[in-house]
Formats: sequence, structure tokens, C-alpha cells
Amino acid sequence: MTTNFILAPIIVHFITAIILLCFWKKVLAQKIISVIGNSIAFILCVKLFELTLTNDYLVLQTGNWKAPFGITFISDTLSAIMVLLTGIVSLAVGIYSTSALNVSRIRFGYFFTFHLLIMGLLGAFLTGDIFNLYVWFEVVIISSFILMTVGGKKMQMEGAIKYVTMNILASSIFLTAIGILYGITGSLNIADIALKIQEVENKGLVTVTSLLFFVGFGIKSAIFPLYFWLPSSYHTTPSAIAAIFGGLLTKMGVYAMIRVFTIIFVPDNFTTILFIVIAVLTMLTGALGTLNKKNIRRILSYLIVCHIGYLIAGVGLYTELAFTAIIFYLIHDVIVKSNMFMITGVIVKIRESVDMTRLGSLLKDYPKFSMLAALVFLSLVGIPPLSGFWPKILLLKESFVQGNYVLLLTLILASFVTLFVIIRMWIEIFWKESPKPLTEEMDHFAPMPKSGKFALIAPIVFLTVVSLFIGFGANSIFKISEKAAYELKHKEIYIDAVMKTNT
Amino acid sequence: MELLLVILVGVLYSSGIYMMLRRSMVKLLIGIILLGNGVNILIFLMSGITKGKAPIIPADQTGFMGAYADPIPQALILTAIVISFALTAFALVLLKKAYTLTGTDDLDSLNIQDLDI
Repeated sequence: MTTNFILAPIIVHFITAIILLCFWKKVLAQKIISVIGNSIAFILCVKLFELTLTNDYLVLQTGNWKAPFGITFISDTLSAIMVLLTGIVSLAVGIYSTSALNVSRIRFGYFFTFHLLIMGLLGAFLTGDIFNLYVWFEVVIISSFILMTVGGKKMQMEGAIKYVTMNILASSIFLTAIGILYGITGSLNIADIALKIQEVENKGLVTVTSLLFFVGFGIKSAIFPLYFWLPSSYHTTPSAIAAIFGGLLTKMGVYAMIRVFTIIFVPDNFTTILFIVIAVLTMLTGALGTLNKKNIRRILSYLIVCHIGYLIAGVGLYTELAFTAIIFYLIHDVIVKSNMFMITGVIVKIRESVDMTRLGSLLKDYPKFSMLAALVFLSLVGIPPLSGFWPKILLLKESFVQGNYVLLLTLILASFVTLFVIIRMWIEIFWKESPKPLTEEMDHFAPMPKSGKFALIAPIVFLTVVSLFIGFGANSIFKISEKAAYELKHKEIYIDAVMKTNT
Repeated sequence: MELLLVILVGVLYSSGIYMMLRRSMVKLLIGIILLGNGVNILIFLMSGITKGKAPIIPADQTGFMGAYADPIPQALILTAIVISFALTAFALVLLKKAYTLTGTDDLDSLNIQDLDI
């Protein structure tokens, strides 16, 4: 179906950002406008998701330029899922930010940049043009640079230099790959490239290009030899920003990787083995990295890396069930990781620290909040029937069926380490007695006004409910993931949807 | 001409990467700039070089006659130049800020926080 509606969530975020510019340095107005903008965009994201499910594909040829010549926007099931997740997380983090962030940060355009970042993410998920994807990526990374560096502390600068350098390098490699791809196919439209690349005789060059894409997206999604920027930069940001970064930014790289390696390139034997090896190493190094850390944020950063390995493993297996598993995992991971970072934010508010050795006895002081956190922690580990369990069991099953025992072993090992780390975090933060005497002044949470507390806790409850729904309504999520996986494996549907809507 | 450009692209990429691997912040920035320019010339080169055939339809004709230069890579480069300009400007400000905060332009001395495990 051809419709202009596909651009609606992008435009809402853009307009919100522009309106926010008119209220520069007016903190209360910024908060209200941002929440309203996020809510409208959230409703539109849900609507877009519904429309895509009923119509299979939404396509827009911008400016009515026919398919290979103009810029195409297309929403298939995978895009729609990502858009919906972005809508959910941006609404939750948007509300959370109104209370969690320092006033000076909001005064210097936090919400403005935040909306541009979300706009970029939505654009990247919806575009059907490879160069347009690059431009959306740039929108996202420039916004994320600003979010990462506003505040200008020494630690932030150190993290930001690594983050900025690696992201610029990734963009250069991605752009190089686009240039070569244009040279060999003469097209930028993803569907059109997919058609033309089958006729290219120089298969070696095609494989080299595909690996350039792999490296470019790999840096952004933090895979094994390229992830070191992530643990040394994500923990320097405030937790609201880390929630967006950890939940959505790395997943954008994975999304692009899934898109490129299903529609444009069909990986040969060498490439799938490479994926599996990288996935195994990513899981192992990410898991081992968590073991000796004391800072909760750093542990979470390494857990992000570890769980990216799961997603890459699914791409490496390259079967329909594996894709179902990783799309399911993606849905679970985005929600839960964002939630984890928001919970660390509340812990910082309560105890002024993210160092596990200095935390303790939260269960005694805040039993309700601790129970909420426990639910999220267990979802991340994947205790049945919580949300992490189903995709993991699918992925384990598929690697067993494919006879890939090394991968199977690594998946189990990585899950065990995740379990171990989460249990240790639970004991250290919530159970054990606080090592230092607690004073009233330390607790910045209790003296907060009711509305402030609500804005901190409500988004966490919201995301927890969503992840509980993913766990208990696993059947419906599985069906949607299955549909997305089917579309990924049958790329002619995607190509037809783009090329045949030239009315 | 193609051969010259190919060599230029190679030199820009390799010197860009080399400069990014150096320890000094300024050299890191130079590396980023060189790499960005290398990418742009690569895109320019990939479309093939057509001499003296601008992609403009003459007033008395309705379509292109014969071979003409591909305008798309030039549009891509224009976009990429603008983006890399913005990124370079940002990186410049960031590095200056980092220099004033840390008092050194040695990138190795920025790892203090990574040592606490």
C-alpha cells in the first residue's frame, strides 16, 4: 500500500524539535512539549505498526519519483517492529528524563537533541535507500555526540573521544562500501541493488563489499574486535541517555546488518562461518568482561556487548527459525536494556553511587522498587516465563538442529555468566548490608516531590509491563517475529513491494 | 587520470588510518579529515570518469545523446562533504575541550578511568 503516513512519526519528532527551539532555556515548557510530542509519536508508531501488519507493506516513493530513481521509504514487519520499539522506549525515556536529568542539561537543549536522535532512528528503520540510510545514521550519531558531551566533564570527554572517533571511522567505512556498491550495481535503492547484484560477475568484489558493510555496521553495533569504545564511553553518560544508547543505538547497527545481509547480500559459506566465529568471540569477551567490574553501568555495557553476540549468531545461522529467534530477542533486549539503565539511574538517585562495593540494603529501604528491579533483572537472565527465556530457547534449539555445537556451548555459557552477574548484582545492591552508614542527605529520592517520583518510576513500570507482556504473550510476539523472518528469507516480496508500487 | 586518482585514494586512506593510530589528538583529527576526503574521491571514481560531458540536456533536444557523466555520485559527494564538515567541526571542538580539561594532547593519558576495574 502506498501511503504518506509512513513519514508521520518522523515528522512529529522533527516538528517537536523545532518547537522546542522556540522555548530555549524554558525548562518547564521543554518538558511539557517533549512529553506531548513523544506521546503523539508513540500513538503514530503503534498505528504504523498496525497498518503494516494488516497491509504487509507500506511503501512511499518520495516526490513520486519511480522506484530506482527516487528515495523509497518502506515499512515491512521488521521495520514496523523497530519503529514500535523506538516509540515505546522514546516515550518511556522521554518521561524519565523530565525528572532524572539535571536542569542545566535540559536548559542546553537536551530534549531538542533527543527528538532529533529519535527522528534519525525512525528514519534509519524506515528508509529503503542505502545512501539515505547513511544520512539517517549521521543524524543519529551527531545527535548522540551532543548528548554524550553536554556537561563537559573530564570523564565524559575521555569517553566521547573514543566514541566519536570510532563512529566517524565506521561512517567512513560504511560510505566506502556504498561507493563501491554503487560502482558495481549503479543503483542506491536497496531493492534495485538486490536485483542487480545477482548479475554481477565479479563475485569476489561483492564479498569484499559485503564485509566492508559488516565492519562498518559491526563498529556501530559493537561486535568482538571493534567493541572497545562501548564499555569505555557508555558509562560516562547520565542514565537517561545511556538508556537510549544502550537500548536502541547499538540495535540500529544490528538492524542495518540484518537488512543488508538478507536483502542485498546472501552470505556464502565463508561469511556465515565468519559471523559465527565473531558471534562466539563477542559473547565470550562480553561475558568475561562483566566478571571483574564493580561499576553497575560498566557491567551493563559489557552485557550489551555479550548480547549483541546472540544477535550476530542468529545472522550467522541464517535460517528462518534463527531469524525468528533474533527478532524476538531484539524485541526483548531493547525493552529490558533500556529499563536496566533507567533502574541504575534510580539507584544513583537513592545512593549517589553505581559502585557495587558501596551499595547495599536497598531491599530493606525500598522493597517495592527492589521487587520491580528484580522482575527486570530476571527478565534479562531469561527465567521462564519471563521475556528473555523464549528467544534464547529458540536460538539454542536452532543451533542444536544445525549441529553447531561450539555456538550452542557458547550460548549456554554466556547465559550462565549473565545469570551469575545478575545474581551478584542483586546480592550486592539489594541484599547485603550497606557497608557505610546511611544518612538522610545521601538519599536524593525520598525528598523528591510526588510528580518527580512518578516520572522516574512510571516509565520503569511501563517497560516492565511491556516485557512481562513479551514473556506471557510470547505466542503473539513469536508469530510477529516469524512473519518478519519469513519476509527476510523471501526477499522477492520486499523487492516486489518496492518495484511494483510505481503507479 | 583514473590511475592517478586510484593512487591518490590509496594514499589518502593509508595516511588517514596511519594518522588516526598516532597518539596525538591533532594527528587524530588530521586522520579523520584525510579519510573523509579519501572516501569522497573514491565515490567520484567509482562512477567512471567521463570527460567534458556534463549531464545537462541541450535546449534543442529532449534527451541525452551518447555518453554523459553520471550526476549521482557528485550529489552523494556533496552530501558527504557537508556531513564530514559537520563531523570535523564537532571533533575539533571536542578535542579542544578535552585538551583544556586534561592539559595534554596525548591520547594515551586519557585511559585513567579505564584502569579502575
